[in-house]
Amino acid sequence: MKKTATTAMAASGAMLLLASAAQAEGEINALVWCDHTDPALLEPFEQAHDVKVNVKEYEGTAAGLAILDQSRPGDWDVMVIDTVDVGRAVDQGLLAALPDDMGTGDFFPELVMADSNGRDGTTYAVTEKFGYNTIAYDKTKVDPADMDDLSILWSDKYAGRIAVYDYYLPVLGLIGLEQGTATADLTADSVEALRDRAYALKANARQVSDVVASQTALATGEVDILIGGGEWVTAVLSAENPALDWTVPSQGALRWSQSIAVLEDSENKDMATEFVKYIVSPEGQARLATSSCYWGMPANRAAGDVLTDDQKAALRWDDQDAYLANSQLYPVPDADLDLAMQDLWTDMLQQ
Amino acid sequence: MSRIERAEQRTALTFVAPALLWTLAFFLVPFAAMVLLSLAHLEGREVVQAYDLGNYVKIFTDPSLLKGIFVSLEITMTVTVISVLLAWPLAWIIATQVPPKYQRLAIMLAVLPFWTSYVVRSYAWALVLGQNGVLMQGMIGIGLLDAPIQIMATRTATIIGFVHFFVMLLTLTIYANLIQLSPNYARAAADLGASGWQTLRLVILPLTLPGIMTGAFLTFVLCIGDYITPQILGGNNELSMPQLIMLQLGRRGDFPMASALSVVLMALVTLAYAATARWLKMDRV
Repeated sequence: MKKTATTAMAASGAMLLLASAAQAEGEINALVWCDHTDPALLEPFEQAHDVKVNVKEYEGTAAGLAILDQSRPGDWDVMVIDTVDVGRAVDQGLLAALPDDMGTGDFFPELVMADSNGRDGTTYAVTEKFGYNTIAYDKTKVDPADMDDLSILWSDKYAGRIAVYDYYLPVLGLIGLEQGTATADLTADSVEALRDRAYALKANARQVSDVVASQTALATGEVDILIGGGEWVTAVLSAENPALDWTVPSQGALRWSQSIAVLEDSENKDMATEFVKYIVSPEGQARLATSSCYWGMPANRAAGDVLTDDQKAALRWDDQDAYLANSQLYPVPDADLDLAMQDLWTDMLQQ
Repeated sequence: MSRIERAEQRTALTFVAPALLWTLAFFLVPFAAMVLLSLAHLEGREVVQAYDLGNYVKIFTDPSLLKGIFVSLEITMTVTVISVLLAWPLAWIIATQVPPKYQRLAIMLAVLPFWTSYVVRSYAWALVLGQNGVLMQGMIGIGLLDAPIQIMATRTATIIGFVHFFVMLLTLTIYANLIQLSPNYARAAADLGASGWQTLRLVILPLTLPGIMTGAFLTFVLCIGDYITPQILGGNNELSMPQLIMLQLGRRGDFPMASALSVVLMALVTLAYAATARWLKMDRV
């Protein structure tokens, strides 16, 4: 008996209810991350096109693919997905080819990511938002100059004042960067070489926590530094807590990016494509960048004309060229490397 | 067996059948499926049925997984003991020192924390126990501490969160036991020359063992299977069994290992039941 893990993961039937409802005229169904559920992002498009955008949140590519696996063809029109995972969806024939004129001419060049978003000259997705897993901190509690060196997190100076973001891919990637290993060079062997460094980081940390707990710990002063954090943790709080900041240290950071695509089985491809075009337009990009769930840099540089100065300051707009040059993409592990990284992470948590 | 007896048996079966079917459909069948899945393996990203005990061997040989069992047992035993030690005096005071007309109010106040969401309550404790929380600032304010000490994101925080919840549960079961005791027991002990302390220790306490053990067993079951409190208050600085199970499910997609860990968890609960079964007389509680 064989069945895929992703199929098993999608055991919940509840998530099918939305998709199984008959798709009414003038509606599109979008499988998205939480930043796309902000009415301030959706309503301008809905009003302009007289269409209802139904959104369903998910976390993690495996969960998203499992939802598609359990849905009927045509249930979903649009999907937001990790840029590095677009290829997986293309391999499964899930994504529709997009028109050539998706407006990427104004994008940050590093974020076009044609190799990740396309295959054999055909574009299947467009990068819409990006940011960094790096160091977030309270600048009233730490010396901001210290944060330029990732190694400071292993020193006694900030022992017990650090939270580790509980996601093995970016944090092990950052530990690798601190050790001089590029994310693309991570293998099962090189990951093993990070073990002692990971244990030492855990020993220096107060807690290892998810997004909400990390953000809470930083905001309430429980910790002063969050490794793995970035603008997606601090920028949304910038107005009410300007002490929170983030930076990219000299060793570099992990760059995350999300893409948006139209699904091959969509029965409303034209409207779905219009939605994608709206999202990557300067106005859509500015709204997405400052969405209520989390902030992040817009892939389209032209969004800078729409964002306010305060918003751009929180996103560290003027530092982006340097940050982009000093950041690497997430590790894209195969199954064996993925398990090796997760085993190391579990062992680290139990230290 | 007479015709009347057979008819009575059929009637009894008719009444019991829905409960049996319910148990079969929603406990035994899923449990059997879980045991079967625990004998499979994750190969790459696929689940392959292997019908062997590899996952169980790994649980008892992998230091991180084995530690999860000990972490869960240590936390659960500590919580249970502390909760009993706090709940018994509280229940005794309510049952014997509070006038009967106010006992209902006292019990209602005792269970008041149950009225709020479990998650909200755990986050509330996070704010109380944090560096800048009420507890630390209060202790610094009255001069007990010079600087905050770390309680949040430790096992202590997890235990405090659990104890807050389970003291109330145990208070209810012990109180229910205490108010059933005839005052004649204490009078008889006094007639025989027992002091108040001797009566409490040698007569009342043993008679409340069913209430204590029922509450302790419920505490054990609920505590060892709880994911929320250690996740929110423990700071992921050590992983209990439910956290390890969630890790297998949510991150690794390793359903066979999650099933095997769940079976081990159920085995621990069964052992706890076996250890306390002789006192679990619900009619005495």
